[in-house]
Amino acid sequence: MKKSVFFGALTVAGLAAGAAAAGTLDDVKARGKLNCGVATGLVGFAAPDANGEWDGFDVAVCRAVAAAVLNDANAVEFVPTTPKTRFTALASGELDMLARNTTWTFSRDVDLKFEFVGINYYDGQGFMVPKDLGVSSATELDGATVCIQTGTTTELNLADFFRTNNISYEPVPIETNAEAQQQYLAGACDVYTTDASGLAATRATFEDPSAHVLLPEIISKEPLGPLVRHGDNDWGDVVRWTLNALISGEELGITSTNVAELSSGTNNPEINRLLGTEGTLGEMLGLDAEWAKRAIMAGGNYGEIFAKNIGEETPIGLARGLNAQWTDGGLLYSPPFR
Amino acid sequence: MSDTHAQTVSFVRETQLPPAPPPTAQTGVVKWMRENLFNGIWGTLLTLISLYAIYSILAGVMPWLLNGVWNTSNIRECREVLEGATGGCFSVLSERWNQLLFGIAYPRAEYWRPTLAFILLFVAAAPVLFPNLLPRKLLIFTGLYPFVAFWLIWGGTILSPIVALAGFVVGYIVFQRFVAQSFAAGFFGAIAAAVVTWWLGGIIAGLLAPDQPWLSRVASRDMGGFMLNMILGTVCVSLSLPIGIVLALGRQSKMPIIKWICVIFIEFIRGVPLITLLFVANVVLAYFLPPGTNFDLILRVIIMITMFAAAYIAEVIRGGLAALPRGQYEAADSLGLDYAQAMRLIILPQALKISIPGIVNVAVGLFKDTTLVSIISMFDLVGMIRGPILASTDWNGVYWELWAFAALLFFVVCYGISQYSQWLERQLATDHR
Amino acid sequence: MTTLTDPPQESFRLSMLINDTRYRSYTFQFIALILLIAAIAYLGNNLVSNLAAAGLNFSYEFLGQPAGYDINQRLVEYTSRSSHMQATIVGVLNTLLVAFLGCLTATILGVFAGVLRLSNNWLIAKLMSAYVEAFRNVPVLIWILIINTVVNILPQPRAYRGETPDAEMFLGMIAFTNRGVYLPAPTWGPGSLMVVATFLLSIGAIIFFRRWATKQLYDQGREINKLWPTLGLFFIPTLLVYFVMGSPIGVEYPELRGFNFQGGLQVQRPLIALWLALSIYTGAFIAENVRAGIQAISKGQTEAAASLGLRPGRIMNLVILPQALRVIIPPLISQYLNITKNSSLAIAVGYADITATLGGITLNQTGRAIESVLLLMLFYLIISLTISAVLNIYNNAVALKER
Repeated sequence: MKKSVFFGALTVAGLAAGAAAAGTLDDVKARGKLNCGVATGLVGFAAPDANGEWDGFDVAVCRAVAAAVLNDANAVEFVPTTPKTRFTALASGELDMLARNTTWTFSRDVDLKFEFVGINYYDGQGFMVPKDLGVSSATELDGATVCIQTGTTTELNLADFFRTNNISYEPVPIETNAEAQQQYLAGACDVYTTDASGLAATRATFEDPSAHVLLPEIISKEPLGPLVRHGDNDWGDVVRWTLNALISGEELGITSTNVAELSSGTNNPEINRLLGTEGTLGEMLGLDAEWAKRAIMAGGNYGEIFAKNIGEETPIGLARGLNAQWTDGGLLYSPPFR
Repeated sequence: MSDTHAQTVSFVRETQLPPAPPPTAQTGVVKWMRENLFNGIWGTLLTLISLYAIYSILAGVMPWLLNGVWNTSNIRECREVLEGATGGCFSVLSERWNQLLFGIAYPRAEYWRPTLAFILLFVAAAPVLFPNLLPRKLLIFTGLYPFVAFWLIWGGTILSPIVALAGFVVGYIVFQRFVAQSFAAGFFGAIAAAVVTWWLGGIIAGLLAPDQPWLSRVASRDMGGFMLNMILGTVCVSLSLPIGIVLALGRQSKMPIIKWICVIFIEFIRGVPLITLLFVANVVLAYFLPPGTNFDLILRVIIMITMFAAAYIAEVIRGGLAALPRGQYEAADSLGLDYAQAMRLIILPQALKISIPGIVNVAVGLFKDTTLVSIISMFDLVGMIRGPILASTDWNGVYWELWAFAALLFFVVCYGISQYSQWLERQLATDHR
Repeated sequence: MTTLTDPPQESFRLSMLINDTRYRSYTFQFIALILLIAAIAYLGNNLVSNLAAAGLNFSYEFLGQPAGYDINQRLVEYTSRSSHMQATIVGVLNTLLVAFLGCLTATILGVFAGVLRLSNNWLIAKLMSAYVEAFRNVPVLIWILIINTVVNILPQPRAYRGETPDAEMFLGMIAFTNRGVYLPAPTWGPGSLMVVATFLLSIGAIIFFRRWATKQLYDQGREINKLWPTLGLFFIPTLLVYFVMGSPIGVEYPELRGFNFQGGLQVQRPLIALWLALSIYTGAFIAENVRAGIQAISKGQTEAAASLGLRPGRIMNLVILPQALRVIIPPLISQYLNITKNSSLAIAVGYADITATLGGITLNQTGRAIESVLLLMLFYLIISLTISAVLNIYNNAVALKER
């Protein structure tokens, strides 16, 4: 029944309850749209362009899930969230999943009752300083003024780091990345600290990126990944294995260009299982056989997504580093599709 | 002996002297300047200080304004064009014009809809704003406007606004029929009739609704930019008026329980900043609703802002009620009118008239406060600037142009409203001072 | 002949609950009470079941745990190992600090602008109107963000460094930077308490002396020169004790060490930005109140005062303002309330007020949304109820004592 959003909700707000409570997967299918929480604007990870199209590394995960579940990579409602609003938006059911460079921590997993389905970017907190400051190590930052994005794990890491090294600093908490950048460039703080990937992305937008350096210290582990609510394991599985499909896709050499060709059958049984020509993996997830094929077709495999959004060819210019496949010395390691 | 006087020279001049021009220091520009600009040492000093202030503001702003660049596609190109000269990169406004006004998600092909709704807003508001200048029949359009605007902006099947309208019409008819017996019968009957109509209409509309409505549906969360500020402002102010009246009457009521409920509500809402109420809308409200209920952030925000505005409007109207002479209440009682009739026919029309300037003030303040939704990650005008635009690689570092634009937009609207309110105050002044 | 009989004693019927005005109000109130209780029960029930479903509980235990984050502007001792409670207190004090400073400057600004707006000087009157209209008609959040950007234009601390620095300290002791303003601060040596005590005593003596002088003037018509004794009392005892104790109070000047200025009194940039924005914004509203208050005093008062031979400045100070204050102060106090509430936008400039600590970082790090937001609202509620109570007391005190 098509109800008017506004009057319907106003008059029967209370009565509309009780309808949900089915699985998130069914909800998403019934709705025909995936509600995916993203950042309000972080170049390379999630940012709308001049036409309002969302683009970025985190956005690509949302699109892959939408493609796998709904057969349409554009059937995503991107919900911008701030660090403060992201968790409640997910917990209240406003979002189906959150792909907002969120660090997997014990308390978020256990205490806040979320389920991190995997890691799509291995990050760590770093520092950026102007080159002419002449600082080469974070331990030389005694007495410095530090810009931090508030509401994230970085504030806690920063406090711990300076405390353990017994040096002092002045924190300047800032709400959005754009404002942190403004303060930093105006010299209102000596150092900007956030995830190293975010620093690189931020530096890429500067007028003269070469005038700023990232310090060698990485003071924390920041495994970033998509997350869903606790307790809906079927939906968690869908998101988890979509992410794994993207990672395995790269490992197995399935790209957005050859996926159509490969899906007609190959000699490699794992590729066949992944792309649905063998076995019933899709059915087990509650999807059809071609789910992984569509996920990879949406934006390419993990490597393609990385290269397109944040890789060395882009202005952001991040090296694969830890985020290389395990076969290349990185940490990316998808469980087998079996 | 009367002729002796004829020869004496009279002491009195019989013809008037031609008026001499006033001294040059007392006329025209010179006099005006003496009186208004160089009136004593302090006056002169103040004038000089003001002149200097104006000069320094203009010297800073004019080159920036006149030398502005309007047609580049990103900040780097803009800086190249400027070649180090002072000048604004106003091209951010031309390039992101649509985003600033409509947000990022509203379908581009449908921009005419909110634009039309915006223009119709003036048509609808005109008969209310200038009741003496325009025919009263236009008020019918004003009544229809909310439904038209809803349909234009949100789209979807036309049946839903029609059903909503039908509910109001049925409610009104029932009210008219029963109000003669008792106000309560009319009032509750009208509500019941309206709810039944909506319920039945909802079912019928659901069955009849075409899959491809004339206007495609746009989800609430796709609203953004200045449009979102306008929607929040107009919707919340119009919804909060009736609630505010009820609260004000409740606070004046002689029934202690009702009175205390209203007092606590009003004082609580007025005692906390709007931002905490928005936090409630954003992060807490979900816990107070039945499990599985999930309604739009924009709707939750509308509820909270409406409550906020209602509390303030209630206080304004309470002031109006208190300002009415006691005799009006007594006169109403002596005519044998019951409470509802007295309020409806005698007290409220006068009290509301007195309260209009205050209500307009609240409305302007509320409209300005709609920018706070940017703090809870909604992309209104301020949210658009702080979020997507400043974060983009293209426009990172363009602050002044964007903030000046936002300030200007709000200034135009709010200044317009407050000027209207002052005009109205003069119109309504029935006392002859 | 007619006989009057008592009307038949009506027995109570159920329909009287609705139709009889004597009972109707009880019915309404009863229904309202039932509805209210039902609504509260409904919401409470939802809350309990939602929390249970999410596996959460409602508790304020988190306030005792270490906060883990640092705060730059603080009035009391605080480190990242302090508890969330401590962080909340820092936030409360910061809110009160910025609200107090804001009220002070907004009042000064508002009174000046309001009086000047009525000035005979056309130019300054127009300039002040422009200021008032510009600030009243643009959202405070936009002004806060704009002023934050303005503060960024100030020189960086780095600009003060080197052989030929780009910026110089004002009078050699105050540094304006885009990280804050650094002022000289007093240092308290042993014996400084004596000096302070002497100073306070001499202030008391001055007040006493001036009262006594005024009383002499009224009672005996003897005019005593107040100026010289006042100045003497102000300086001589304090200076005497100061030197006797061996100059215990010194001044510490801020100086550039490492990345920042060190020492002295530091007023951080977020505080300055918020303080400026709130006071300029609210100043415009206060100016309007002041103007309305002055205009409410009838013109006859000015004319009467002028006919007594008072000069314009004295007319304003002695005749108009005292009367206008009665009109000005109630809206003024509600503007103070607005400043306090608007200071909750501190988060936009990174000032650690209570909304930023308790309602921001603590809420984020602990995930205790309901508890934090409730506590936050309670705090603001207490503040505003206190301010309204003060307002009521004032209103009763100055109400015209009518016969």
